[in-house]
Amino acid sequence: MLNKARTGAILLALPLTAFILVTFVAPLGSMFMRSLYDPLVADIMPETLAALEEWDGTGLPAEQVYALAARELGLAREEKTIGRLATRLNRDTSGMRSVIMRSGRALKRAGDAPWSETLPDINPAWGEADIWQALVRTGARVTPIYYLNALDLTLDSDGGVVRQPEDRRIYGTLFIKTIRVSLVITLLCLAIGYPVAWLIAHSPPRMSRMLLVLVLVPFWTSLLVRTTSWIVLLQQQGVVNDLLVRVGIVADEQRLTMIHNMTGTLVAMTHVLLPFMILPIYSVMRGIPAVQMQAAMSLGANWPRAFRQVYLPQSLPGVGAGCLLVFILAIGYYITPALVGGQSGQLISNFIAYHIQTSLNWGLAAALGCVLFVAVLLLFLLYDRVLGLDRMRLGA
Amino acid sequence: MRISPGSTALRLFCGLAFLFLVAPILVIIPLSFNAEPYFTFTTGMLELDPDAYSLRWYEQVIFGEQWRSAALNSAIIGFSAAALATVLGTLAALGLSSPAMPWRRPLTALLISPLIVPIVITAAGMFFFYSSLNLTQTYTALILSHAVLGAPFVVITVTASMAGFNRELLLAAASLGAGPAYSFFRVQLPIISPGVISGALFAFAASLDEVVIMLFMGGIEQRTIPREMWSGIREEISPAILAAATFLILVAVLLLVTVELLQRPGKKPSN
Repeated sequence: MLNKARTGAILLALPLTAFILVTFVAPLGSMFMRSLYDPLVADIMPETLAALEEWDGTGLPAEQVYALAARELGLAREEKTIGRLATRLNRDTSGMRSVIMRSGRALKRAGDAPWSETLPDINPAWGEADIWQALVRTGARVTPIYYLNALDLTLDSDGGVVRQPEDRRIYGTLFIKTIRVSLVITLLCLAIGYPVAWLIAHSPPRMSRMLLVLVLVPFWTSLLVRTTSWIVLLQQQGVVNDLLVRVGIVADEQRLTMIHNMTGTLVAMTHVLLPFMILPIYSVMRGIPAVQMQAAMSLGANWPRAFRQVYLPQSLPGVGAGCLLVFILAIGYYITPALVGGQSGQLISNFIAYHIQTSLNWGLAAALGCVLFVAVLLLFLLYDRVLGLDRMRLGA
Repeated sequence: MRISPGSTALRLFCGLAFLFLVAPILVIIPLSFNAEPYFTFTTGMLELDPDAYSLRWYEQVIFGEQWRSAALNSAIIGFSAAALATVLGTLAALGLSSPAMPWRRPLTALLISPLIVPIVITAAGMFFFYSSLNLTQTYTALILSHAVLGAPFVVITVTASMAGFNRELLLAAASLGAGPAYSFFRVQLPIISPGVISGALFAFAASLDEVVIMLFMGGIEQRTIPREMWSGIREEISPAILAAATFLILVAVLLLVTVELLQRPGKKPSN
């Protein structure tokens, strides 16, 4: 009987589990593979790389290597994969893009053995060890380089791990900025949300229901609508600036810049995430009997003491749930910063999207995504351990 | 100054907080009737001059080909994704609620995880996955990926309503000769239906609000309302998006009212 019930339960959960594994978990896994596995150069120049294994890594490789490189570059040009090869090498060593593209074009017109003279004639870079070292580095199918880059590290010519040059250190700072912004938003939400949740939880029932609706309307309203609202309110020709100019606080030519910068991101994200703070705190507070505070005060505690020793500890599970939820949602946020963050208000997700859609540096996007994912996963597991996912509720 | 419930300071603070929550959404509605192509109140609007108001942006949204096809796409993708998420999510929640279910905790975490993973990561993974199947820019890919985002909501709401479900009713039905299917549809489903419907509405709302997956792998053919709003905000700023936004606010209020009525306890005898 028990076995039958067990099989039944498993069979019920099976379809969704399979669906999520196939269309969600596996795609995530294979995307993260891209952060370690990058066969691009190895696929385009297999024979050159095989021949380069004989090379000692200093000085110049043999004529045979030059010949293979010239042949495979020509092939890559015909198959139109040379652009991706050039981009990949350029990420390793800047300036490589033009070397590869020009060599490809020149090889089409002319060129003859001995290649160890022809190639350096086309571009002097072929006469130095650097380009060959770059080929060997990028030719490895499994590479730690994207993770290193995501942490502002790189490999020097001896294969040692070093910090990126100053002007290329972006992501470490960006992760720190994303965490800091998320913390600020979490604290803002807590500071606004805790008193609001208190008021809703301890108002008379009719009033409480009405106030709750004021929290639920933004909760249900489309994110894009809410972001649009903030543009309408905060832009230079927007409602708030108009109001300030009309009242005379701000001169017409000195309108405030409150959007398309970090301020825009902070204000709009606090607005968007505030209900996720209020609702869990409210649902915990609702279960705390108001008479306990009265009892504490009748026993001689003043209000702050009664609050600190009786009420606050009981409301902490709600505070924990709200803070974790807001923080988890904030560090992965994309849409709002993309629309109202301008240059300075961009977070880590915006750079991941940029590398997927625009720069096409998928390996780096995957590595950045994986670092972000691990951070979120740890917080998610913390939430489950401390608060229990099975007790998660939506709405009020 | 006392900082306690009922004190003026607390009420004032909360009043401002509620203003912060709701005012930005309400401001959209009058502005969508602006006769001028601006995002702000004109002098005429403030003087309540009827000529300063018009329905031109509504005409554009209701009769314009672009917005009409966007609404249709949102409906097709939203309904299909919500239906798929509801069926799969309800079954899974029934399984998870069974006392005999092994590995409940990790499985719940797995099934809810699409809610928590940052949308950019999900969208990127799905983009590569559906490109490898040559399915990007198809309704199939968008419906399947929106269903993944919607299913966790159904799992959560149905699991919650199963918590108040008395399993002995199923034994009673069985003892009266009902088969498992009969007792599910006639006994269990009516009792947990508020959870199922709420979950379906959450899943629909999630799809109706989704834009990142759409940006990564939707084609021009599949452009939805949020996708149109996205380009409306980024490219050709026109108050038509305020009219569309007003419709979305209306939909949000409808969904909210429905879910709140469904979840209000004591309306139906649940055991």
